Amino acid sequence: MESPAPATEAVPTKLVLEHVSKSFQTSSLHVQALDDVTLRIAEGEFVCLVGPSGCGKSTLLNLIAGLDRPDGGTVQADGQPISGPGPHRLMMFQEAALFPWLTVLGNVLFGLKLVNGLSSAERREKAEYFLELVGLKRFMHSNVHELSGGMRQRVALARSLAPNPGVLLMDEPFGALDALTREQLYGDIQRIWSQHRKTIVFVTHNVREAVCLGDRVILFSPNPGRIREEFSIPLPRPRDINSVDLARYSTEITRVLKGYVQSEVAG
Amino acid sequence: MIARWAVASLFFACLIGLWQLAVNAHIWSPLLLPSPSNVFIYLWSSLEDGTMLEATLVTVRRLLIGYGMGILIGLPLGLLTASFRWSQDTIGVLALGLQTLPSVCWVPLALLWFGQTEAAMLFVVVMGTLWSLIIATDTGVRTIPPIYSRAARSMGSSGFHTWTHVILPAALPFLLSGMKQGWAFAWRSLMAAEIYVTILTGFGLGHLLHYGRELNAMDQVIGVMLVIVMIGLAVDKTLFAPVERFLHRRWGTGRQ
Ligand SMILES: Nc1ncnc2c1ncn2[C@@H]1O[C@H](COP(=O)(O)OP(=O)(O)OP(=O)(O)O)[C@@H](O)[C@H]1O
Ligand SMILES: [Mg+2]
Repeated sequence: MESPAPATEAVPTKLVLEHVSKSFQTSSLHVQALDDVTLRIAEGEFVCLVGPSGCGKSTLLNLIAGLDRPDGGTVQADGQPISGPGPHRLMMFQEAALFPWLTVLGNVLFGLKLVNGLSSAERREKAEYFLELVGLKRFMHSNVHELSGGMRQRVALARSLAPNPGVLLMDEPFGALDALTREQLYGDIQRIWSQHRKTIVFVTHNVREAVCLGDRVILFSPNPGRIREEFSIPLPRPRDINSVDLARYSTEITRVLKGYVQSEVAG
Repeated sequence: MIARWAVASLFFACLIGLWQLAVNAHIWSPLLLPSPSNVFIYLWSSLEDGTMLEATLVTVRRLLIGYGMGILIGLPLGLLTASFRWSQDTIGVLALGLQTLPSVCWVPLALLWFGQTEAAMLFVVVMGTLWSLIIATDTGVRTIPPIYSRAARSMGSSGFHTWTHVILPAALPFLLSGMKQGWAFAWRSLMAAEIYVTILTGFGLGHLLHYGRELNAMDQVIGVMLVIVMIGLAVDKTLFAPVERFLHRRWGTGRQ
């Protein structure tokens, strides 16, 4: 299916999901993880997906990453159907998923080695650049277990950024971190995003986090997983997670979100 | 470091002291319990006339060839059983069953099939090593958190690259302990084979042990046992321990 960017849009569409559905059949039950999800994400856009646990957010990211196939509907990147994973769309997982048998540098080089046409000197240079960007160049020869949780997430971020993916998929990447480290990473990620203009799809449970980072916040509801509502966040950047304007948006979104959870319990 | 050496030396000196005390007490006949010095004299003379060195070489050669073959066959088979349902249900089940078989049980079969030849020896060693190595590799690969290969796939790794760059290194700690266990099994099976089977192509440590018993030469029996223990220790300290230390450092496991 061809889907060129409409003339009215200033930026081209990067990701198009149309009528996507995905279900899982386990021995004990059938789960409709996603049901008729349609979503367009523009190039360079920062989109946050928020919703109660089990509403299919990770499933959606897996589909975009090409790690999984939809049962129905289409998922396209740059107008092409997604046929599998690749270094153009990198996934950053909830746990850092760094490889313990490699050093910090080795981990960042792993993805770079899968990109064609780079000499080893260029790879090394890029790896060091991105480690510098996340403030961990000093630790490049360290072993993974010698880093703190937040440092590991930063290495994972550098590893995801280094191959220069057009799309970065982040699945609750900061869920396990303390509030202070998280705030620091919000700063980092906004700075990196504005410098490198990636398309980012960011999954979180934390509404404030979503409002702080996203151009758009998309709310999901579970059983079956569906998009319920969308909010644009026209706040200027860089945003401070503790600002009053931001709190207003997040209060509003949280209220809507609670509505789903309650109707879920009632139903 | 020096302190650790001192403790170890003191410990073994005490063991030898106790042994000498037991000999002096004349509880057992000197025929059954020779003194440490007698064993030392035997070891020295066997070194001088070359029998010990030759037997050691013969045994170590068989061990290395058999163990090497066991690894070369076992590792790929273990990877295979971990990857496909059909191979798990066939080779996997076979390996699970045969690894419970004590390796000495292979000796009669090896004798009938290969006669009193070098091949019989190798066969027993390979059978002793192979099955447990398959099981260890299989377990190692299955224990890897799936997140590693998902992360690698997301970065564009697939097929052979994933195997060599993600699954094998991730399974390395398990592979190493499997290889250590395989080494111990290889020793056991080779000694069983050498003690039970006399062959003309080479006179190994097991044979030396066997003839020590036939001649009622306890100094020889104990001396050969000591040599076997020494070789085992040397291999562990020089081959396995450095790799293990490296893995512990990288993974941050074990006590520092
Ligand atoms: N591999 C799988 N096998 C079976 N069921 C699955 C599988 N993956 C996801 N599911 C089911 O699909 C539904 C959506 O899962 P998903 O992981 O996408 O939720 P989520 O929105 O990411 O939740 P959370 O916020 O808790 O991470 C859940 O009900 C889950 O049980
Ligand atoms: Mg999830």
